[in-house]
Parts: sequence; C-alpha cells; structure tokens
Amino acid sequence: MNSSLPAPSAARVPFYRDIRVLRILAQIAFVAGVLLVGWFLWNNMVSGLARIGGTFSFDFLDNAASFALSETSLPYDPATDSYLYAFFIGILNTLRVIIVGIVFASLLGLLAGIARLSTNWLISKIAQVYVEIFRNTPLLIQLFFWYFVGILKLPRVRDSIELPGSIYLSNRGLALPWFTPTDTFVLWLVIAGVSIPFAYLVYRLLGRVRAPLIYEWRGGWAFLVWLALALVAAVVLDPFLPSIPEIRGFNFGGGITLSPEYAALLLGLVVYTGAFIAEIVRAGIQAVPRGVVEAARALGLSYIQTLRLVVLPLALRVIIPPLTNQYLNLAKNSSLAIAVGYADLFYISNTIFNQTGQTLQVILMIMAAYLVISLVLSAIMNLVNSRLKLVER
Amino acid sequence: MSFAPETLKPPAASVGVVGWLRQNLFSTWYNSLLTVIALLVIYVLVSGLWNFVTTADWSIVTANMRLFMVGPYPVEQTWRVETSVLVFSFLVGASWGVWQGVARSAALLLASILIAAAVLPVSESERFWFIGALVLLFAGFAVGHFTKPRRLLVWLWLLSLPVVGLLLYGVGGIPRVPTDQWGGLLLTLTLAIVGIAASFPLGVLLAVGRQSAYPAIRAFCIGYIELVRGVPLITVLFMLQIIMPLFLPQEITVERAVRAMVAFALFTAAYVAEIVRGGLQSIPRGQSEAAQALGLNSALTLLLVILPQALRATIPAMVGQFISLFKDTSLVAIVGLLELARIANAAANQPEFLGNLAQVYVFIAAIYFILAYSMSYGSRRLEKTLGVGER
Repeated sequence: MNSSLPAPSAARVPFYRDIRVLRILAQIAFVAGVLLVGWFLWNNMVSGLARIGGTFSFDFLDNAASFALSETSLPYDPATDSYLYAFFIGILNTLRVIIVGIVFASLLGLLAGIARLSTNWLISKIAQVYVEIFRNTPLLIQLFFWYFVGILKLPRVRDSIELPGSIYLSNRGLALPWFTPTDTFVLWLVIAGVSIPFAYLVYRLLGRVRAPLIYEWRGGWAFLVWLALALVAAVVLDPFLPSIPEIRGFNFGGGITLSPEYAALLLGLVVYTGAFIAEIVRAGIQAVPRGVVEAARALGLSYIQTLRLVVLPLALRVIIPPLTNQYLNLAKNSSLAIAVGYADLFYISNTIFNQTGQTLQVILMIMAAYLVISLVLSAIMNLVNSRLKLVER
Repeated sequence: MSFAPETLKPPAASVGVVGWLRQNLFSTWYNSLLTVIALLVIYVLVSGLWNFVTTADWSIVTANMRLFMVGPYPVEQTWRVETSVLVFSFLVGASWGVWQGVARSAALLLASILIAAAVLPVSESERFWFIGALVLLFAGFAVGHFTKPRRLLVWLWLLSLPVVGLLLYGVGGIPRVPTDQWGGLLLTLTLAIVGIAASFPLGVLLAVGRQSAYPAIRAFCIGYIELVRGVPLITVLFMLQIIMPLFLPQEITVERAVRAMVAFALFTAAYVAEIVRGGLQSIPRGQSEAAQALGLNSALTLLLVILPQALRATIPAMVGQFISLFKDTSLVAIVGLLELARIANAAANQPEFLGNLAQVYVFIAAIYFILAYSMSYGSRRLEKTLGVGER
C-alpha cells in the first residue's frame, strides 16, 4: 500500500524545475550577459585604441603638463610638474569652490527660506520670485549671464567700484583685504588648533553647572574661551599682517583677488543652489506642527528657546536629507566651471585629454575623483543626520 | 421696537485694503521698516529691468529667431517643423476638449504663445503658420469636446511622437535631415522628450532590479545607480561623446545628438530609479501578498498591483526630475551641439550684434522659465486631480 504513493523527496524534482537551481542559473545567465557585453565593448576599445596607436596605460601622467593654469592654490610650474600634479591642482580648485559655495548657499537659502515664511507679504513675495526664477532656468545660462553680462561688464581696474571695507569690484574680479603670514604664523595655527580640544573640555565642564546662564550658553562660553586664547596668542606672536588691496597699474596689489571666473562660478552656484535650499528650509520649518510650538511657549520657553530647543531640532530632521542632496548637486554642478573657464578638476582634465589623447583613462580619473568627493560629502552629512535623527523607542 | 444689541462694525483700520495693508505690511515697526526696504529694492530692480527691456536693442533676437527655434535646420525643409507644430497644436486642443484640467492650462499656454508669435513682427508666411496652428488648436478643442475620443486620443499621442520624429528626420521620399543639423529649441525639446521617454522605462527596470531577490542583479543595479548618481552629468555627456565611438565597432557611427540622448537617458534613469524605489517602498507588503493570494505571479503582481500604485505616488518627484533633465539639456552646448545657449553665444558673435549678450540670455532664460514653470504648475494641478498624498 505504501509503495503505491510516491515518496515526497526533493530528488524527484528535476533540476530544471527546481526554483533554487533556476535562481542560480538565472543569475549566472545575467552575469554572463553583462560580461559578454563588457567584453565586446572592451574588445572594440582595444582594437580602436590600436588603430589610433594608443594603449591603455596611466604612464602619461608622469609627463610634464606643459600647460599654464590661471589660478593655482599651490605653486605650479608647467615645465616640470606632471599631469598628475596638474590634476591634483584641479581637485584643490574644485574643493575651493565646493566648500565656499556650500557655506554661502546655505546662508542664502536659510535667509530666503525664512523670508519666504515672513508675515510681511512683500518680503515673502520677493523670496518666492527669487526662488521661482532661479529654480526654473538652467544653471549654465545663469553662469553665462553672471560671467559675460555681470562680471566682465564691470568697470576696468582703474575705475573699479569701491565698497566699504576696501573691497573692489572690477572686470578683473573681486579684490578683498587679506593677510600676509609672518614667521610665527605656523606657531599661532598650532596654538589655535590645540585650543579647540581645550574649549571642548570647557564645554563639557560647563555642562555640569546647573546655573541657567552658564548651562544654556555653554557653547557660547566655550567659543569665547577659544577666541580669547587665539586672540592673546595673536597679540603676543603677531602672526600676520593685514594686507589691503590697492590699485597698482592695471591690476591689484596686496589683498586677495578672486578671479572673474571663480567669482562668476561661485556666484552662479550659490544663487542657484540657494533657491533650492530656500524651498527645503521652508518645507522643514512648515513641517513642525503649530501645536508643538504653542506647547513649548505654554511651558514657558522664550521665543529664542523655542526656536533653538524645539523648532530647529525638529525642522533639521526634515531638512538634512534633501539638503545633503543639494550639497551633492552643488559639488557635481561645480564641473560647469568649464563654461566660464575656471580651472577646476574637469577643466584641467579636459585639457589633459586634449593634449595626450588618453581619453578613457582621464575620464575614469575624473569620475573616480567626483565619486570620492560625493562619497565624502554624503558621509559627513550622514554623520550629522545620525546625530540629529529621531531616537525611536 | 428692536432689542437686538447694536452690532458694531469692525474698525475701518482692520478691514478692506487698509486692514490688509496693516496686517501684512505694517503690523510692527520692524515689519514697516522691512516693507519700506523691500519697496526700495523692488523699485530699483523693476525700474532697471524696465529700462533694459525698453531701451535695449532686441533686433539680435528677432533677426536670429529662426536660429533660436530650429538652428541650422535647412530652410527649404522648415515646413516639416511647422507641420509638427500643427499636429501638436491639434492634439493639445483635442486633449483640452476631452480632459479639461491640466490639458486646458497647456492649451491656453500654447495658444497665448501662438498669439504672441503671430502679433510679433514676423514674415507673412510665418504669421500664416501661427494662425493656422491657432485655428487647428481650437478645431481640436471642438472635436475633442463634442466626440470625447479618449482612447483614440491616447493612441494618437503615443503615435504622434515617432511619426513626428520620422517626419523631422526624414524617411522614404523626403530628404534626410541628420540630427547634427537640428538646433535651438527644436533640439532642446527633442533631447528632453527622448530623454524622458527612454529614461523612464529604464529607471523603472533599475528600481525593480534593485529590489530583486537575485543578489547578482541587485548588485549590478545598485552599482549602476550609485555610480551614475555620484558623477556630474557633464562627465557622462563627455564620456559618451568621446568614448562611445571607441567602444563600438568601426562600421557603426552614431550621430552626436543621439549620443547626447543616450547620455541623458542613462544618466536620468539612475535618478528615476531612486524615485521609483521610494514609491515601491511606500506600498505596504499586504498588497503584494494579497495579489499572490489571488494567484498572480510575481511579474503580474508588479505590473498590475504594485507599479500603478507606486508610480502614482512618485508624480511630483518624477516631474521635478524631468524638469531638471529639461534644464540640463543646455549642457550639450558645452559638448558642441547647437543648443539654445550655444546659439545665443554664436548670435552675440555676429559683427552687427557684438556684445548684445544680455538680450539673448534673457530671451533663452525666458523660454526655459516658461516651459519649466508650466511643467511644475501642471504637476501641482495633476497631483490635486489624482489626490496624491491624500490617502
């Protein structure tokens, strides 16, 4: 009797109907397909390269770059320095735009976002018009506009516009007061650096004091301690001399001059990204329920306390993730520097591959560089986010 | 005799115009200060703009209008572009008649652009075309309004894109106009439409692949999405312009504009995939379990149950992405295609218009603004109609 029933056993299922086997087969087929396409492309590339007489190697990076760069953060000599070093200069120039751009775009976005929520109808409308205009036109055209119509149309150096604080605007860019380091500058930097952990210690110690004036403003007190240390060190060591820009012939002497290209790129990125950040800030603040704010006020928190302890932490949770995206966009959009001729990573790489013809290698290097920049940026923002996010119980 | 207590009217200072002004502009001393400053700023900006618009020489725009619209598209073949405009005018009009809503706004926008174009100083034959398009738009409305051919209209829209594409490119008896000769707004719109149409299915596939139960497929999709999202669009565009010929067999050559389309599709697909993934994650597990319990296999579950709900939730983000694709088409100017921005620079290099850059930039920025703003307006309307986020 028993023998008439088939025994349930996995061995009876033929392998081509076994879902586990099929799954593995499907994946093998997929990987094989991807590899096949990759092999086809690679083959074409090798034969294509052979046709134009090139090979896939990174040796060319050691050759002398032999092209001049208009602005460099480190000393650079085209006759002796290599392509790799030029590429590195490009990365530094890109970082210079990204970091400064993120700071100013955040400030502008915060300002416009708050203005958008103002009870003053006119202010709110101005902010709205700003946001709509700059969000709905391409960044490239804005950059062209700032560069060709804005900065290059400014008066010549001799007739430059002087703003209060010895700031000069001209078609050679923006001249700002800066400083010249003296011999003791490095020592001062070290002292200022060492003071940071000390100030943090002060912050932690003040956290134990229960007097409201000390406890609540412990961040401010700690900052004051750091500032005092740095200032005392500055007075004692005299680490830098102020340097005020002045017109000398056809150019500026002293101070620091931002090139028209850098100024246009920075302005374009800041105004464009600021419009997006404004909308994010507005959405974040509006996401805080009214009742929460009212409850905080009912508990006796002052307006500033409500903002600092209740509204801001709640709003930031909503703001940080899209803000991260905007920072990443700003970093990636900085590659449009090529439109105004600012020597950033992409611009310099473009010159390198025009000179050497090693297109594939250079493009791989560009992509790798931007990927690393993006990953580092999003890692930093994720760290901020994890500090702020809701702790669920 | 009436004992009803006398109701006092609210004080004149808190209603009407005065009340509104007090409440919204002069509620506190610092608000009043802000209002005054804002008025000054507005005065400076508006008077500056007005001065610029009225005193600037706009002949650079009117003289180069053809270049801005179609680029170097052969003059004797322009009727093909004009015919395409007629076709789309009719379809937009018919959609207005059938669906109202967003289609109505689109039709009114198109109508006002056509009227503006017909009023502007253009040649007689061009004015004839604009008026023809306007007439067809209203004819379409009448047809759509009285017959309501819903299904047919959807098919017509789907059919119109390839048909118009073939008409513009040239097939059969009519001479071929390779995409290298397309330019201006024509190229911008073509790049945007092809980019959207190609990146959407690709993005959905990538998103589904990212959720796949097969680790190999999942890894591939994640790798692709994260790689593409980490690099700037301009590098992808350059890569395809320069490297695609290298990767393909020698016999195959791809037109430059087509390479740009491929770049847009591949780039935007990664972003679409992330948006769709958000939509997929918002669908509760119960939906797919219920579909399986009803006997649907996993492909049908996805197609009939999950995707329709997921995609509906992603409309706002998706439109935002497509707007940004539309704006990003300007980047092809950097890789040498005759897009609006490049034509603007070329026009300002003509000896008679040397340095008239501000006018051309304002003009093309206005084109981009009108189209991008209407897209976001349309998406907001669509969201309301479909009730996204209200369930």
